[in-house]
Amino acid sequence: MSGWLIRRIAQAAFVVLLMTLIVFIGLHAIGNPIDILIGQDVDQVDRARIIAQLGLDQPLWKQYLAFLAGAMHGDLGNSFVYNEPAIRLILQRLPATFELAVSALLLALVIGIPLGLFAGLHPRNPLSKMLMTGSIVGFSLPTFWVGLMLIMLFSVKLGWLPASGRGATATLFGVQWSWLTLDGLRHLILPALNLSLFKVSLVLRLTSAGVREVMPMEHVRFARAKGLSPTRVVLVHILRNTLIPLVTVIGLEFGSTIAFAVVTETVFSWPGAGKLILDSVNALDRPVILSYLIVVVCMFVSLNLFVDILYKFLDPRVRLEGAR
Amino acid sequence: MSTTPLVPETPVPAAPKRRQSPWRQLVADFGRSPAALAALIVAILLVLAAIFAPYITPQNPYDLLQLDVLDARLPPGSMNGTGTHAYWLGTDGQGRDLYSAMLYGLRLSLSVGLGSAVIAGVVGIVFGLIAAYAGGKVDSLIMRLVDLLLAFPSILVAMMLLAFLGKSVTNVVLTLVLIEWAYYARTARAQALVEARREYVEAARSLAIPNWRIVLVHILPNCLPPLIVVGTLQVARAITLEATLSFLGLGVPITEPSLGLLIANGYQTMLSGEYWTSVYPGLALLAMLVSINMVGDRLRELLNPRFVK
Amino acid sequence: MSDAAFHTADNTLEVRHLRTRFFTREGELPAVEDVSLTLARGRVLGLVGESGSGKSVTGFSIMGLIDAPGRVVGGEILFKGKNLVGLPEAEMRHLRGSRIAMVFQDPMSTLNPVQRVDAQMIEAVRAHRDVSRSAAREQASEALAAMGIASPDERLRAYPHQLSGGMRQRVAIAIAMLHKPDLIIADEPTTALDVTIQAQILSEVQALVRTQGTSLIWITHDLSVVAGLADDIAVMYAGRIVEQGTVDAVLDHPQHPYTAGLIDSLPSLNTRGKRLTQIAGITPDLRSLPPGCAFAARCTRATAVCSTPPALGPSPAAKASEHGTHLVRCFHPGRQTDVCTETTA
Repeated sequence: MSGWLIRRIAQAAFVVLLMTLIVFIGLHAIGNPIDILIGQDVDQVDRARIIAQLGLDQPLWKQYLAFLAGAMHGDLGNSFVYNEPAIRLILQRLPATFELAVSALLLALVIGIPLGLFAGLHPRNPLSKMLMTGSIVGFSLPTFWVGLMLIMLFSVKLGWLPASGRGATATLFGVQWSWLTLDGLRHLILPALNLSLFKVSLVLRLTSAGVREVMPMEHVRFARAKGLSPTRVVLVHILRNTLIPLVTVIGLEFGSTIAFAVVTETVFSWPGAGKLILDSVNALDRPVILSYLIVVVCMFVSLNLFVDILYKFLDPRVRLEGAR
Repeated sequence: MSTTPLVPETPVPAAPKRRQSPWRQLVADFGRSPAALAALIVAILLVLAAIFAPYITPQNPYDLLQLDVLDARLPPGSMNGTGTHAYWLGTDGQGRDLYSAMLYGLRLSLSVGLGSAVIAGVVGIVFGLIAAYAGGKVDSLIMRLVDLLLAFPSILVAMMLLAFLGKSVTNVVLTLVLIEWAYYARTARAQALVEARREYVEAARSLAIPNWRIVLVHILPNCLPPLIVVGTLQVARAITLEATLSFLGLGVPITEPSLGLLIANGYQTMLSGEYWTSVYPGLALLAMLVSINMVGDRLRELLNPRFVK
Repeated sequence: MSDAAFHTADNTLEVRHLRTRFFTREGELPAVEDVSLTLARGRVLGLVGESGSGKSVTGFSIMGLIDAPGRVVGGEILFKGKNLVGLPEAEMRHLRGSRIAMVFQDPMSTLNPVQRVDAQMIEAVRAHRDVSRSAAREQASEALAAMGIASPDERLRAYPHQLSGGMRQRVAIAIAMLHKPDLIIADEPTTALDVTIQAQILSEVQALVRTQGTSLIWITHDLSVVAGLADDIAVMYAGRIVEQGTVDAVLDHPQHPYTAGLIDSLPSLNTRGKRLTQIAGITPDLRSLPPGCAFAARCTRATAVCSTPPALGPSPAAKASEHGTHLVRCFHPGRQTDVCTETTA
């Protein structure tokens, strides 16, 4: 078991390294960020000075090695735009993105699982058919458009909820979270709802398909033959068996949720890491792009790992085979 | 001891109904769901509208000479400056007739979506088949690449690629292709692996039919059903991704707005109540995506190998 | 016709003219058609037939576990005098697992793979009795021990896939016996197991049934199992009972050509070295049954009258003094003499 773990971690580290290399080379190919940042009217002397300052005059491989060396110390360079450590910029904005993504996923589970359970248990019920069609609409809708519509309805027309920005925050474990305040929650609802829509449809369909697959199985029939109450049959014998593969899918979706938050953050002017990366891409702020990618890749890779471990833990068949 | 075995007067149980060819069966089954049929009709109508856009719109919104900036931001139903025609759905910030812009935008979105899906499909299927048939290191390499690509959220990859390449329609198509081929490759490979184990392939091999022929003529056609499903859903994904990228300002250039860009343009004015710039292109996009996805979903139900058995 | 010799109240189970149909898109399947059975206390009935004969559906109908698109469309199922057909689900649930229990064919799929054995047994106990978890666990442990399982506590802590096939089936049977039911329906419980385990389980079940006075319906396609275990036998074909009576009567003097064919196709010492006889033809499609006798197409005795439906009636060879009657559904019953001395043409 530990051998497997070590191998996976090594694999993960390799992927991160590979990623940084690819991006580093790619970013270099885009063009000189200097032109964008400084403009053409800076004279040669200043230009040379700035170039040397930012280390952009070194050959590429030297830049890469310098970058790696810095990375070991947690220094991933300063943003060209803000002139602050890139990694700090990202980490500052990350909690906002995080709480958005987590809220969206929670909403997806809370809404999607019960609805999917119903649709799976009663496939011929017209309500179920509506739910399934609705789920197709749900994942067809482009997130950004739904966001706009939500703003139009709830902010402009009805005036119930704010249209943009993050609300007041409170501190927990040294980090600022907005879900701890009422004002923060008011600001959080619409963006979280927006981001969750796609996932709700996904969870609904997965749960429904899973339930439909488990329902005709023999052990469900046997549970009924034992005279168990229908609630227990559904919860313990159908839902639990469905949830195990579902959990792993959701876990993997978390990474994509964080990435997709870019759109929601743009629509709602949510001050998260997604907006930062969008601006950085437009400005060719290489250190920030690199740092963001590294953070995301690390997150993905550890998420994958975590999900693998979780699955081993949840499914007793896998768990006990692996131990042998 | 035996009696004369008499032929019973009752007829032998009737032979099972004559089965139609698989394609006709598919069409018939597809038609059984009224929702999917309706979706298909809507999709076809939209495609036709997009194709014939130049003929059914009063204005070419990409031709800057035809735009009159004084007509900008007019609500639906207003007349243009010279009083020659009405702007049915209003105008946007640049004075584009929204109805025309919508149809041309639909055209662009569709061509980008379909184009990239088809090209990605060809590339992906080729790679998938190669991986399946060659096996070994080649297979391993291709599949590692596919896994890597699929593990990362497409939006991130797209953002990076477009940052490298710059904004233009061709680049958007290129980016989409680079992202999408992996889905086709994985499905094609999985299906081809199943097919390659079948006896008819062994039989063909033993007849010394050249490999490429076996793959093209024998394996590929049998891989098509799940690939059709993937393809349909990919078109929807591509359209969505392009719209999202354009909305974020990374996609098509401003002079040739796709639906995504139109919606983005309307974003600013929306808060002051000028909803039409975002709502109508959005509805067109929605209709297109929902209908394609419904068709794709129905196809998936019918062509899913688990159910076909 | 139910056996007039018995008082209704004495019988654990009386099924009268049961009809169960499946309403599918391709047509109506009469899975069970006019099935009548009687089971007294402590008696074992062997329900025999090939796949598709309706024997499992009969069992599920009695348990009330027929799901859409199927439905019990006619007849009565009298369990200790109470009609189960049309009984509200809540009442049926009280009976299921406590007074009527069922054992299924494949124990690997019967037990929930992600739940421990003790959890599955405890929930079975607590579904019908208000006891604490530890008390329920005690009962489970005792039930396993009664099935001849050594170190039951260890087994309780295990997951189903950690146990052997025979062990799992013993667990399933133990679960069935937990509340000392009046009736157990066993649907091919030993088919998936190898022969030695099969024999063990059979003898254990037999012992339990004798001591508890439980009535047992043993559904199988294997005549040899029934021969050793059952008191009565009912042979089903295409949804109908074609022959029923005591095991001795039916197996020694089979009246229906199908029963005779089944017996003949069993390998035995008598047929060593000779080609095994088969019943010609295949099972009919339930959606397109002929109007008369369903077996006619495969029958060597068929004549013109077989295109009208035969009724289930007393066999001419039945001895009046026998306990119960020997019934057969055939226009040409008992043409063959005793099986042991002659082979079919």
